[in-house]
Amino acid sequence: MSCYRGKYADELIKNAAYIATPGKGILAADESTGTIGKRLASISVENVESNRRALRELLFTAPGALQYLSGVILFEETLYQKTAAGKPFVDVLNEGGVLPGIKVDKGTVELAGTNGETTTQGLDGLADRCKKYYEAGARFAKWRAVLKIGPTEPSQLAINENANGLARYAIICQENGLVPIVEPEILVDGPHDINKCADVTERVLAACYKALNDHHVLLEGTLLKPNMVTPGSDAKKVAPEVIAEHTVRALQRTMPAAVPAVVFLSGGQSEEEATLNLNAMNKLPGKKPWTLSFSFGRALQQSTLKAWAGKDENIGKAQAALLARCKANSEATLGKYEGGGALSEGAAESLHVKDYKY
Amino acid sequence: MASASLLKSSPVLDKPDFVKGQPLLRLQPAVLAVRSHPVSSSPLSIRASSYADELVKTAKTVASPGRGILAMDESNATCGKRLASIGLENTEANRQAYRTLLVTAPGLGQYISGAILFEETLYQSTVDGRKIVDVLVEQGIVPGIKVDKGLVPLAGSNNESWCQGLDGLASRSASYYQQGARFAKWRTIVSIPNGPSALAVKEAAWGLARYAAISQDNGLVPIVEPEILLDGEHGIERTFEVAQKVWAEVFFYLAENNVLFEGILLKPSMVTPGAECKDKVAPEVVASYTLNLLKRRIPPAVPGIMFLSGGQSEVEATLNLNAMNQAPNPWHVSFSYARALQNTCLKTWGGRPENVKAAQDALLLRAKANSLAQLGKYTGEGESEEAKEGMFVKGYSY
Repeated sequence: MSCYRGKYADELIKNAAYIATPGKGILAADESTGTIGKRLASISVENVESNRRALRELLFTAPGALQYLSGVILFEETLYQKTAAGKPFVDVLNEGGVLPGIKVDKGTVELAGTNGETTTQGLDGLADRCKKYYEAGARFAKWRAVLKIGPTEPSQLAINENANGLARYAIICQENGLVPIVEPEILVDGPHDINKCADVTERVLAACYKALNDHHVLLEGTLLKPNMVTPGSDAKKVAPEVIAEHTVRALQRTMPAAVPAVVFLSGGQSEEEATLNLNAMNKLPGKKPWTLSFSFGRALQQSTLKAWAGKDENIGKAQAALLARCKANSEATLGKYEGGGALSEGAAESLHVKDYKY
Repeated sequence: MASASLLKSSPVLDKPDFVKGQPLLRLQPAVLAVRSHPVSSSPLSIRASSYADELVKTAKTVASPGRGILAMDESNATCGKRLASIGLENTEANRQAYRTLLVTAPGLGQYISGAILFEETLYQSTVDGRKIVDVLVEQGIVPGIKVDKGLVPLAGSNNESWCQGLDGLASRSASYYQQGARFAKWRTIVSIPNGPSALAVKEAAWGLARYAAISQDNGLVPIVEPEILLDGEHGIERTFEVAQKVWAEVFFYLAENNVLFEGILLKPSMVTPGAECKDKVAPEVVASYTLNLLKRRIPPAVPGIMFLSGGQSEVEATLNLNAMNQAPNPWHVSFSYARALQNTCLKTWGGRPENVKAAQDALLLRAKANSLAQLGKYTGEGESEEAKEGMFVKGYSY
């Protein structure tokens, strides 16, 4: 099958493989200005550039944390920001052995003719933007497509449109040197059971990989950021081993071995839940030809944010909280997380927000 | 269980590489998607959006007998080329003067049912201060608006292009509607010398379908334009083959996107040999192939088919249209011409106020000729030599 073989092919494969390093994962710190405002509001901090910068500096300079990370996803503003001492964040990350990534989508809009389903925008002018981001130091990109489960959802139209958008985004990124993270998030909202989630996830991933192949995307130079297969938010919870089994089986059925890693989204699970589930997947016996790792936003930052509360004197405490979660998830990618222990405040708190938009 | 997507049998190339002049054909069996859980039929299969009735009415008005569309939506850059050809600078004032000349031609509405505008023009006034949109409406001409954002290289294809413009399209369409536009236009292209690759055809068709759905949702009748470029040495049979594939895919995706067929217009290229093909054919042959294509691929629900001229001379474009209207058709078969209506008019004007009347007469002459062609009554008497000059430009981008 013919696929992208242009000037960045080797670099894409190398960077994707690096992100797939066992024991490492991704910190998703790409909240848009609007969304980070909500986070800051929750700890009564004003949503101004200096505070956004301060929070991100806290995260990226947390002592010992970067060793557990292979990449950090940034929002456009952050890509060009510096520490208080004047060092570009991109340099801080590179020195720590962490690849900078960049969110490139422009959010979701409603799909005309559906029952509140959406498509993701951002293709117009994407090639030029990717070039610019590569020059600024980014080496991977991310685009979030969103689907939901309902009586008649996801519709075939929503699946096709989102899969097509992801594929177009992916090949444009590769042509401009960025490893595309393909993120078809199926929201956890709803009363459905785990089998329904499994069925939908399998259909969606099949459509995504069909579209990626049709668009000649180099699979070895991509990553997948899916939801874990879980019961809906209004349904009865199940054990991590059950989630692990359903999730790994869905991937075995739909994800080509050529893809180097799966970096799961946390989608509203608590910090601890997300880690336990990831750990269970890595302990599960069976065929798993890809790295199973994390790309967590809320599930890495929640306790850190609470500990910081916007005060300089709390920075040390906050950074320690981040380190603890990074280390826990690193162990989970190796199936070695012991769980429990001294959980920071907020680590067991559910982070689910109904019909989450970010 | 995972469901496979629909695979369609395809006479076009699936690989980007091909042997020049001898395209490798691979026919694949059509395989239907198998789903383990049948999706229950959506209660919203054809959307009765709040604009449905208006869309149908607008489409019918544009597709009225004896009338067609004046395409005057050249982007500023392209309009600049036109002005340069008569020695004029590409300024807003000159563009305004030229567009004023066009829309104020007396009695234009007898032959022209719709005018496609560029965004600048939609918000412009004539040189004497009347809104261009108002002038058109007074003339009985429906204002339309070009909404695509042009062509860019298609990653992973054989040097082909795709059309941008979907980001924010819903809100732009709503603004254009408020400003008085009632139809929209989106031009994507397919190139036969470059394949076309299956990817390029799919991208063109899907982009058109998304644009059409969004337009209708915001009150604009979408003109669906997948232009199969004239460039190439291929014969008329090859054009026919590619056109069938393209239109099948376009209509499949339009249906998938729940587009109301009674509320769209089409702007296809006629089925002709490539511009560099040694075998020229008569208008009757073009008509025959083109009508066969339409009959095989265009549902009768579509009210109007407004052909593009794509580089044919003014007279060629009129003769071909006339040949297609010698017998009744299930759809209104008409024109949406830019160069084939404006060429002589532009040259006659030459930028001089004293030439405005003569230029408008030239425009009305062509408009009338095409009006007659729409009715199958064009005789070709009294055509100037100028009007017979071909306007093909290799690798034309506009």
